Amino acid sequence: MPEKPTSLPPPRGDKRYKILDAAIKRHQFQPNAILEVLHTAQELFGFLEEDLLIYVARALRVPPSRAYGVATFYNFFSMKPQGKHTCVVCMGTACYVKGAADILSALEKEHGIKAGETTPDGLLSITTARCVGACGIAPAVVFDGAVEGQVSPQYALQRTQQWRMETL
Amino acid sequence: MTGEELLAAAEKEQAARRQAKYCVAVCAAAGCHSLGSTSIREIFQKAVNEAGLGEQILLYGTGCLGLCHAGPLVEIQRYREDSWERWLYHHVNEGMVAEIVRHHLGGDQPLAQFLYPLDDPFFRSQYKIVLENAGRINPERLEDYIGADGYSALWKAVSEMTPMDVVREVTQSGLRGRGGGGYPTGLKWSTVAKSKGSRKFVVCNADEGDPGAFMDRSILEGDPHRILEGMALAAYAIGAEQGYIYVRGEYPMAISRLKTAIRQAEKVQLLGNRILESAFNFRVDLRIGAGAFVCGEETALIGSIEGNRGTPRPRPPFPAEKGLWDMPTLINNVETFANVPAIVRNGGQWFSRIGTEKSKGTKVFALAGKIVHTGLIEVPMGISLRQVIFDIGGGIPDGKQFKAAQTGGPSGGCIPLPHLDLPIDYESLIKVGSMMGSGGLIVMDETSCMVDVARFFMQFCMDESCGKCVPCRAGTAQIYRILEKISSGTASLHDLELMEELCDLLKHTSLCGLGQTAPNPVVSTLRYFREEYLAHIEQKTCPAGVCRMGAPDAACGSAEPVQEKENCL
Repeated sequence: MPEKPTSLPPPRGDKRYKILDAAIKRHQFQPNAILEVLHTAQELFGFLEEDLLIYVARALRVPPSRAYGVATFYNFFSMKPQGKHTCVVCMGTACYVKGAADILSALEKEHGIKAGETTPDGLLSITTARCVGACGIAPAVVFDGAVEGQVSPQYALQRTQQWRMETL
Repeated sequence: MTGEELLAAAEKEQAARRQAKYCVAVCAAAGCHSLGSTSIREIFQKAVNEAGLGEQILLYGTGCLGLCHAGPLVEIQRYREDSWERWLYHHVNEGMVAEIVRHHLGGDQPLAQFLYPLDDPFFRSQYKIVLENAGRINPERLEDYIGADGYSALWKAVSEMTPMDVVREVTQSGLRGRGGGGYPTGLKWSTVAKSKGSRKFVVCNADEGDPGAFMDRSILEGDPHRILEGMALAAYAIGAEQGYIYVRGEYPMAISRLKTAIRQAEKVQLLGNRILESAFNFRVDLRIGAGAFVCGEETALIGSIEGNRGTPRPRPPFPAEKGLWDMPTLINNVETFANVPAIVRNGGQWFSRIGTEKSKGTKVFALAGKIVHTGLIEVPMGISLRQVIFDIGGGIPDGKQFKAAQTGGPSGGCIPLPHLDLPIDYESLIKVGSMMGSGGLIVMDETSCMVDVARFFMQFCMDESCGKCVPCRAGTAQIYRILEKISSGTASLHDLELMEELCDLLKHTSLCGLGQTAPNPVVSTLRYFREEYLAHIEQKTCPAGVCRMGAPDAACGSAEPVQEKENCL
């Protein structure tokens, strides 16, 4: 017997749940498709809230602990909301050798947050990546999903400040 | 699709390419894409149309052309008198496009001032098998791949070879695993072929986790059908009907190209049921990784495909006997599969003539770091590191001195100047304390501190340790702390001793390859650059000027303090 739901059922009008349900159905409710389903869930919702994890776990008939275990094991899944803009500094070897640490510390100093955090106003998240595979144009930084190469600390600051200006 | 239709389609494509006045290949790989090659292609198309050349010019995006530092790259080809003429334009911008279209495409006058010399050692010393289609095909068109003799090896296998024949060809070729370990591929295939199970699986390991490596990505993005064909050949050889490609979530372009390729192949029965009208069935599904380095280890990868946390398990039993869902499973790396179609097409003997006695064929390397020509190269095994770095790679920029070459990522080691004439093959690299690895080659100059590099890799291994076995989980954290102390000038010689002991412990007692090889960067830098460690400890100086002495938290420009991982000890 499945246990009683620990949270409210999803709001009926939320379309994102419909898309998520379709993805779950496409994988035929297979427990082994949990990574694929979580990928879809994160794409839809931006991050994996606890309720969302429970929802996925119940749909795939796996214990919530396993959904939580998988979600926290992999770096790609985030349990916290991300900022409006994201800035991913590649810390792969090639980028590191070419000064990625300087870019990161410049960004951290400027915005007053550490890697993996979001500014209090929710505008910007700074994260690091293991390697984005753009080593030929190191150091690389991913600004809102677009990889840019041969980035200098000044350029990275300029890009993030631009976002700040746009919202003013 | 039948075999005859395949041949007809190939001839049609080849004829179209030969008849075109010019073929214009715009590099669409990650490097050039980031430098704006997509908009360059659109501008090209517009300019060609405006010049009224739309009918005569074949314009397409293509896989990595290699010279990533000089992007965006555009290669122009023309078939004339039974041979192909080629020109390579580098650093292409909007203004150049108009001139190239007007003078070169329209007036047959190549613009010498923008051309990259194709007789440069960068191109002359390379030998392309895996990357043979770069510049030649549009990775998003199946017809292009078929035109480049694609799927002809599969047709040959299903129509005139038995599964054992395919295994025999691969064994004869001497191909060894390109993921780094170098296990003989033929031997692996015959083990899985002999294993008993109601179902068997083929898995392509495309979880390219090594920082500083982008070979697999370039292959997946530049020639996705090649991987599918290689996997289909493997499935035919071992008797599998289902395959999985486990690809990194960080590679969205590779994922979308693979999805397209699978859909295209299924549509014309190159995948699915009754492939090429034979009795052979094979489907491929994608599995997207979620950013865990340890998933490159085969048992962890299996766990991840099964929908669990990616933690390794002890071997034996090896996946060849009990893998995915306890069924015999063949796991090979992307580059290994990419070699297979050429081997089956041309025969194992042809392949075994390339390379050295024990390491056959070619190897793709990603050149990065302090080197003039950063990019993607493919060289025959046995070439010396000196040739790769100084001839092909163009040496060290800004007149700096070469210090070390790092191969094998976090599992590899640093190779110093005295060993530069070493031939690149599996055995020689292990002999000097490094390993072939998947092919990332990072060059460091005098401004790189070797203690800092060791610390960087140890931090990587510490963060990526899955936490299942104690030696790796606790050992990497402890070694990292000692390295922090050394690089901040607060360590003693006793610490160094302790670290060496720990390295030995990790190597012999960890559960999987991650922990067993995690000490390699430390051990190899200690072996060749011991004096740098001693300078940090005794004189409290960093000879390369990288590490900031005194403050443990601010050591080596590190932004991250010691992780909370200590808590789990």
